[in-house]
Amino acid sequence: MSSRLSVILAAGVLAGIAASANAQDKPHFGKPISEADIAPWNIDIRTPDGKGLPPGSGNVADGEKIYNVKCLACHGPKAAGGAVYGTMVGGIGSFKTEKRVLTPGSMYPYAPILYDYINRAMPMDKPQTLTPNEVYALSAYILNLNGLIPADAVMDANTLPKVKMPNAGNFFVDDRPDTKAVRCMSNCR
Amino acid sequence: MNSPPRIKPEPKTEVAAASAGAELPSSGRRHFLRKGAAMAGTALTGGAVGASVAHAAPLEIAESSKSMGKPIPATEYGVPSKFEKNYVRVRTNVFVNRQNHSDWSFTPLQYQQGIVTPNGVVYERHHNGTPDINPDTHKLVIHGMVKQPLVFTMNDIMRYPSVAKFYFMECSGNGLTDWTKPASTTVQQTHGLLSCGQWVGVPFSTLLDEAGLAPGAKWLLVEGADGVGHTRSIPLEKAMSDGLIVYALNGEMLRPENGYPLRAFFPGWEGNVNVKWLRRIKVGDQPWHFRSETARYTDPMPDGKWRQFSMEMDTKSVITSPSGGQKLAGAGPYEIRGFAWSGRGKIAKVDVSVDGGKNWREAVLEEPVLDKCMTVFKAPWNWDGRLAILQSRAMDSNGYVQPTVQEIGAHRGIHPYAFVQHHNGIQSWAVTEKGEVSNVIAS
Repeated sequence: MSSRLSVILAAGVLAGIAASANAQDKPHFGKPISEADIAPWNIDIRTPDGKGLPPGSGNVADGEKIYNVKCLACHGPKAAGGAVYGTMVGGIGSFKTEKRVLTPGSMYPYAPILYDYINRAMPMDKPQTLTPNEVYALSAYILNLNGLIPADAVMDANTLPKVKMPNAGNFFVDDRPDTKAVRCMSNCR
Repeated sequence: MNSPPRIKPEPKTEVAAASAGAELPSSGRRHFLRKGAAMAGTALTGGAVGASVAHAAPLEIAESSKSMGKPIPATEYGVPSKFEKNYVRVRTNVFVNRQNHSDWSFTPLQYQQGIVTPNGVVYERHHNGTPDINPDTHKLVIHGMVKQPLVFTMNDIMRYPSVAKFYFMECSGNGLTDWTKPASTTVQQTHGLLSCGQWVGVPFSTLLDEAGLAPGAKWLLVEGADGVGHTRSIPLEKAMSDGLIVYALNGEMLRPENGYPLRAFFPGWEGNVNVKWLRRIKVGDQPWHFRSETARYTDPMPDGKWRQFSMEMDTKSVITSPSGGQKLAGAGPYEIRGFAWSGRGKIAKVDVSVDGGKNWREAVLEEPVLDKCMTVFKAPWNWDGRLAILQSRAMDSNGYVQPTVQEIGAHRGIHPYAFVQHHNGIQSWAVTEKGEVSNVIAS
C-alpha cells in the first residue's frame, strides 16, 4: 500500500470514529411530544387482549338503536345486508364449504377488532365521531346478532376481549413460497 | 426486412383510432388501411416482394409541417396527446362495487412502455376515498416503545438524507376475479393492480433511530390519515431493513390518490401495507391483528384455515402485447412483450410459450433488471395464422418458478366464490385464426 493511500485511509477512519462517537450529530428535526398529547390520535386497540380499549360500556339494546340511525342505510336491517354492503351476520362454519361467508362473526378471531374498526372507520361518512359507549354498544349488537353473546350482555374493556370468537386459532403465519414449479422447456404437458 | 405489423389495440381503442383517422385527409386513412393489407400479404408470401404487394402511397406534406404549432404557455403541467385518451385508469368491470370510496382502479398495462408507470395512471386502492391533505399542516408522529415520542412536519422529514429507489407495487388482490374463469377481458383488468416507479423518501430506520427503539420492540403499526385510518402491523425487521417513508414518486410529490403528502413503502410487499397519508407509527412488541390483517388481506386455505401476514408478493409475469382485447393484423412477425417482477428478488429468466405451456423458449430481459422491480421481457414470434395460446413464466433470483393456477390450487383454498388474493399464476392469452386475442384459462 502506498504511503499516500495509507494517509487517506487513516484520515477516513478517524473521521468515521469522530462521527460515530458524537451522538449529537443526529439531526433531531422531530419535536418531542408526550404520550398524553398524542392521545387523540392514539386509537389503536391491540385486539387479542384488548389493550387500548377505553373506559365506557354499551349493551345490545342501545346498539340496535344506534345501528338503526347510523348504520342501517348501508348495511341493512339487522345487519343482514343493505344498499351498499353485504351481510355482517352468519357464515360461521362456512369456511370449509364452497361458499365462504365473511362476517365479523365468522371471520374476526378477536372481538375487540369490532371496537377498533368501528371506532376508526365508521360510519363511513362520519368516521371518528362515535363515543366509546356507542362503539361498545354497536359491538355488542353485532356480536349478539351473530349469536356470540346473549341479549343482556354488556360490552366494556373487560368483557369484550373475553368473547369467544369461532375463527380464533384458525390463522397461521405466511409460509410461502408454497409452490415448487419446475422450469420445464419442452414437451411439458 | 419487414417491420412487425401493427397490433390493433382493444376494441375501445379501435373506436378512438377510427375517430382520430377521420381527422386525417381521407386519402391518408385509405393509405393506412392499404398498408395493413400489404403487411399481411407480405407475411403470407414469406416476405418476398411480389406483384401482389401494394406499395405505400406517395407522401404528402402534413398539415403540421405547414403551420405554426401551439405556443409555450406561461405555465403548464403537460398532459398526454388528445389521441391517447385510452391511456387511463379504469375501475373494475367484473367485481363492481356499489360505492366508489372503498374501491379500486387499474393501471393500463397494455399501453405502458418501459418499467415506469406514469403517475397519473398508477393504480388506486382506497378504503374510504382520497383525502385532501395540506402538507403544511400534515404531521407524522412516532411513539409507543421508543425512548422519545416525536412529531415531524413535512419540512422536517424532507431535511433528512433521502433515498430514491425503483420498485414495483402490486395489490394482493390483483387477478382475484380470474382464478377459475377468464372473467376479465384486458390485461388492465387481469393485472392492472400493478405499477412501478422511482420512490423517494427517508428510510424508516432514520426516523426510528431518532425516536430511539426501546428494548423488546419487534413490530410497528403504520396508520393513515384517511377516513378509514387504514392500519397494518409491520415487523420491525422489515421496516429497519428497507422500509421507506416516501413523499415523491417519479420526480414529483406523490399524487393525492397515491398518498400525498406521505406514505409508507415496504419493497416487494402487497400494496395495502404501504399505508397512504401516513400520520402515525407506533412501536410495539407484537402485532395488533387489525381487521385489515385478519378479516381482510388474509388467504383462505383448505380446511377452513387462513394464512395471515402474507405480505411478500410472489414472482409473476404477464404478456402485455399481444393481450386481451387486441387484434393482430395478420400472420407474420411480432414481438411478444411483457413485464415480470418478484417481491423476493430480481427476475432471473422469463420464458414464453405459444402453445399453451407445452414448449417454452427464453425471452430477452431488457435492462435494467432491478431488485423488486418490474422488468421488461421480449421475444420474437412469427405467427403462422393458426390458433395460439400465449403464456409467460418468470423465474426469480432464488430459483423460484412462476406456477400455473392448477399448481397454486393444489396448495390453497381456491374456488369460484372466493375473494382470494395472491394470484401469481401463469396468464394465458388465446389468439384465434382471425387474430383476436382473448383471456383464457389454459388447461
